[in-house]
Amino acid sequence: MSIATRPVAVNNLTANTPAYDLERVRADFPILARPVHGRRLVFLDSAASAQKPRAVIDAVRNCYETEYANIHRGVYWLSERATLAYEASRARVAKFLNARDAAEVIFTRNATEAINLVAHSYGASFLKAGDEVILSWLEHHSNIVPWQLLRDRIGIVIKVVPVDAAGEFLLDEYERLLGPRTKLVAVTHTSNALGTVTPLREIVRLAHAQGAKVLVDGSQAAPHRMVDVQALDCDFFAFTGHKVYGPSGIGVLYGKADLLRAMPPYQGGGDMIRTVSFEKTEYADIPNRFEAGTPHISGAIGLAAAIDYVTELGFDRIGAHEQAVLDYATERLGDIPGLRIVGTAKQKASIVSFVLDSAHPHDVGTILDRSGVAVRAGHHCAQPLMERFGIPGTARASFGLYNGFDDVDVLVEGVRRVKEIFG
Amino acid sequence: MSDLRELYQEVILDHSRQPRNFRRPAGANREARGDNPLCGDKVTVFLTIEDGRVKDVGFEGRGCAISMASASLMTEVLKGKTEAEARTLFERFHDEMTGKSACHGAAAGELDKLTVLSGVREYPMRVKCATLSWHTLMAALNDRHDRISTEGPGEE
Repeated sequence: MSIATRPVAVNNLTANTPAYDLERVRADFPILARPVHGRRLVFLDSAASAQKPRAVIDAVRNCYETEYANIHRGVYWLSERATLAYEASRARVAKFLNARDAAEVIFTRNATEAINLVAHSYGASFLKAGDEVILSWLEHHSNIVPWQLLRDRIGIVIKVVPVDAAGEFLLDEYERLLGPRTKLVAVTHTSNALGTVTPLREIVRLAHAQGAKVLVDGSQAAPHRMVDVQALDCDFFAFTGHKVYGPSGIGVLYGKADLLRAMPPYQGGGDMIRTVSFEKTEYADIPNRFEAGTPHISGAIGLAAAIDYVTELGFDRIGAHEQAVLDYATERLGDIPGLRIVGTAKQKASIVSFVLDSAHPHDVGTILDRSGVAVRAGHHCAQPLMERFGIPGTARASFGLYNGFDDVDVLVEGVRRVKEIFG
Repeated sequence: MSDLRELYQEVILDHSRQPRNFRRPAGANREARGDNPLCGDKVTVFLTIEDGRVKDVGFEGRGCAISMASASLMTEVLKGKTEAEARTLFERFHDEMTGKSACHGAAAGELDKLTVLSGVREYPMRVKCATLSWHTLMAALNDRHDRISTEGPGEE
């Protein structure tokens, strides 16, 4: 696209975006005021970890300054306050996911731990040698390796749904892999490397028709769209707090209550028991059964604040804004000769992965950094997917609710600089 | 921009586009493979050692401009060196990259060719790109057949 046509494109895209006060949103994120290499920070790595709005920072600080104590233990006022705040956060997450019951929400360290919890607890009790677990080529290592560990322990069989050249999940191939031996389908909602959104309702429906359960890795979905676990009808849903503008070190496993109740503990310790003697220990009901030890109390409270923040902004508006930025970035990057966008699925989150003919993604990342642009360069913890496309990695620009067309412009300018150096 | 030109000097771009000794020498009798699991860079270094000297050296692999250029330059300076000299070069290059010492002293001449990589020091996240092939060289010299990794214990 030529410079002359650019403002027109911007205006068109802007016209399609409902009232979204980008500057006000940006003002909510203190770190965006911090220059990098003497330039305005253009943060395009929210898919790795998102920045935090003041509301989250304040909630965490407020927790420590005014109502911090250990939970579920003390009879004193402060512990009761902390317990109420922690449990209110659980209820907030349950509402966010439209779970039937707050007890279906387990706090974990991150999505990785949530998936490991299911692989250990559900996997070890309900799966046996020869049972099949279906994954997809789009999976992050965190939704591959736990199943390989389980395979090595008990002998399950892993099958993988391929993707096409656009990075689309191939439903017909998936149907072919499904069978009476399929016990679990563990699949991402949204690819972290390519942005592909998978056809989850169909995936769940087909799995259930075979009597298989479905675990959804929702880490890249939660920051971008409304999630309704009842409408999806998935059996497990994992996401991490830090990608949805909350603190790091806090994640969530949603599970259907009857499934969770049938599952043995994942880790043993305090807070997950009813009674303990050296002869016999009775485990607590859900969710406590899966939360051994003192949890990340301030993290849960910060996550609830993050959820309040995005919900208040509204996913309809966030979604429309991010779609406009994605369309603009796709158009402008797509116009650069020698640049190839990897991942062109019809439905995508605001992620653009790309490779240049002349420069390796790491060199792209280093040069962009000097323009103040933070992108992820590498395999994105999705090495099998990179192999599928025959590339060692990509440079990935992922757009959050604080990014705008101006960020895309700086990115494009930075890519031009890469081409100047590498030719 | 000027500091980027310092990093991406013409020599580096040239070596990354057309790496020298990018091959497995026919008589290679030592080899080792190195990985940077964080970024996916891979390199295999081949050595033909005769009478304690590096008679031939080559490499294969894939990676960014810095890692490819560093491997290519390494093969150029290694030819004809004794094993002991090769180890000394590793130590000096490693120290140079990690800022432990600047390139000077008696062996400075040997490192002249490599000083084009000194700009990497200003980019701590990229130092491993420059040192991967050298660590792999050491593994080959030590006849270690396990893969070496930039994330292994004690590695820089």
